[in-house]
Amino acid sequence: MRDDSEFILVQGAEMVFKTRRAPFHALREIDLKVAKGEFVTLIGHSGCGKSTLLNLVAGLTRPTSGALICDGREIAAPGPERAVVFQNHSLLPWLTCFENVHLAVERVFGATESPAQLKQRVLDTLALVGMSHAVHKRPHEISGGMKQRVGIARALAMEPKVLLLDEPFGALDALTRAHLQDELLKIVERMQCTVVMVTHDVDEAVLLSDRIVMMTNGPAATIGDIVPVTLPRPRDRVALADDAQYMHCRKAVLDFLYTRHSRPLAAA
Amino acid sequence: MVSAVFHTPFDPETRRAVTPLATPEAPVKVAAPQPAVPRRPWRERIDGRAIALAVLPPIAGIALLIGIWALCTIKGGAFPTPGATWDSARELFADPFYRKTPNDQGIGWNILASLGRVGVGFGLAALVGIPLGFLIGRFPLLDRMASPLISLLRPVSPLAWLPIGLLVLKSANPAAIWTIFICSIWPMVVNTAIGVQRVPQDYLNVARVLNLSEWKVITRILFPAVLPYLLTGVRLSVGTTWLVIVAAEMLTGGVGIGFWVWDEWNNLNVPHILIAIFVIGIVGLLLEQALMAVARRFSFDE
Repeated sequence: MRDDSEFILVQGAEMVFKTRRAPFHALREIDLKVAKGEFVTLIGHSGCGKSTLLNLVAGLTRPTSGALICDGREIAAPGPERAVVFQNHSLLPWLTCFENVHLAVERVFGATESPAQLKQRVLDTLALVGMSHAVHKRPHEISGGMKQRVGIARALAMEPKVLLLDEPFGALDALTRAHLQDELLKIVERMQCTVVMVTHDVDEAVLLSDRIVMMTNGPAATIGDIVPVTLPRPRDRVALADDAQYMHCRKAVLDFLYTRHSRPLAAA
Repeated sequence: MVSAVFHTPFDPETRRAVTPLATPEAPVKVAAPQPAVPRRPWRERIDGRAIALAVLPPIAGIALLIGIWALCTIKGGAFPTPGATWDSARELFADPFYRKTPNDQGIGWNILASLGRVGVGFGLAALVGIPLGFLIGRFPLLDRMASPLISLLRPVSPLAWLPIGLLVLKSANPAAIWTIFICSIWPMVVNTAIGVQRVPQDYLNVARVLNLSEWKVITRILFPAVLPYLLTGVRLSVGTTWLVIVAAEMLTGGVGIGFWVWDEWNNLNVPHILIAIFVIGIVGLLLEQALMAVARRFSFDE
């Protein structure tokens, strides 16, 4: 048996982007292990390379050096076992919600399942994210929160081993965001998948994660510290609001972000 | 189902999306937000002011043009008056589809002949230009190979290619089609290529994450994303072909609106030339409007 504590393994990953003037050293010496079923968030100031790291795990970009392994195999390209929910939902505007999700389902299960089964999968996943009422709507006909739900449904429909979320709720208002966070927690618990999520929201990180990976400021950003969050699940945001351990975790992240690695003024 | 009510029933997009889900009570719900407008007599419903504002200025513009034209020709001379042109037009359109000799045919046949050449030349250009544009947009190496050639050849008047057409094809009609082909291929190649290059990286990332086959990428992502650009190219192309066909036919002769204009000039029939100018304008306008309608049909909202 493989070691489940190293389901995702990042070893000495370096990322240097070629730019017109000089090479830009985005990430250096990234070492990270994510256990199976773990919920890990990446947090840091904007431009610190957290999305770059997520893209590396997704396989959308290849590291300049270093190794990335998922489930015992090297990450060389994007694959359906690592589904990504993009920051701006990235639904195809010319397809309905159903068709957007179907595109993913078809690719993964098309060879083994009948069209009726595929259709059922799409409907089930849309129901899971509470979007049954807008199955045949196009993305421009639904709200931002709904689009992101469909984006999540598209990722979940592939039954991925790893769910990669790139600031999925960043563009939503606070109430919608809280609502979707709660639903995401429920869904992840039910589906038992491993999650890596990029966020810039401290409360979101503490509420959702098992571990919070805090990144230093770029250029040449790296993992500054990791805060474990051992709060019992299921978590209730209202009850946690004055929980001592919650406050402690929150304080630790805030301290890292604003005292030890406060954002340089020039970049703000 | 309930969400159908949130949208105004006037939105055609919504109406289309709602239809397949319609249940017996849905029409009642959808109809509910409509105010009692339809019950009012039609006189009150029609906003006379808005219609007047929409219709009067264009009419005033046309009237002004005809007025100036009439004033300028009031003293007589070679240039026909509006009235004379109108009489001539009535005569001409009384029988637009007659055939006396190969060189003496009704204006209807001449227009159809020109449209036929435009259709064939443009169709061939689309068959070559659109796939070529996709390739150039998708493969940077091809782009670097093709862009100096396109930059060099695009500004050349398509009529400069007419002698080459005559030389190679040895006949006037294919040479005219060849000229149309050349003038309409560039906008389609360039716009399609730009469209492919501007497909948002997000969509391509989606394709990579979903691990879509190349065929699915083309049909589900590239083609729909490029379609608005492609249709812009088509519109520019068709506009240009209609400009060029008149000049090309003046040179090649035969049947066609361009040749007809030249023939009427040789006959010194100036009213017919003026009529031809209006007819060419109207046909061009109709082509443009038709393509705009197609473009609207295939555009999507972000």
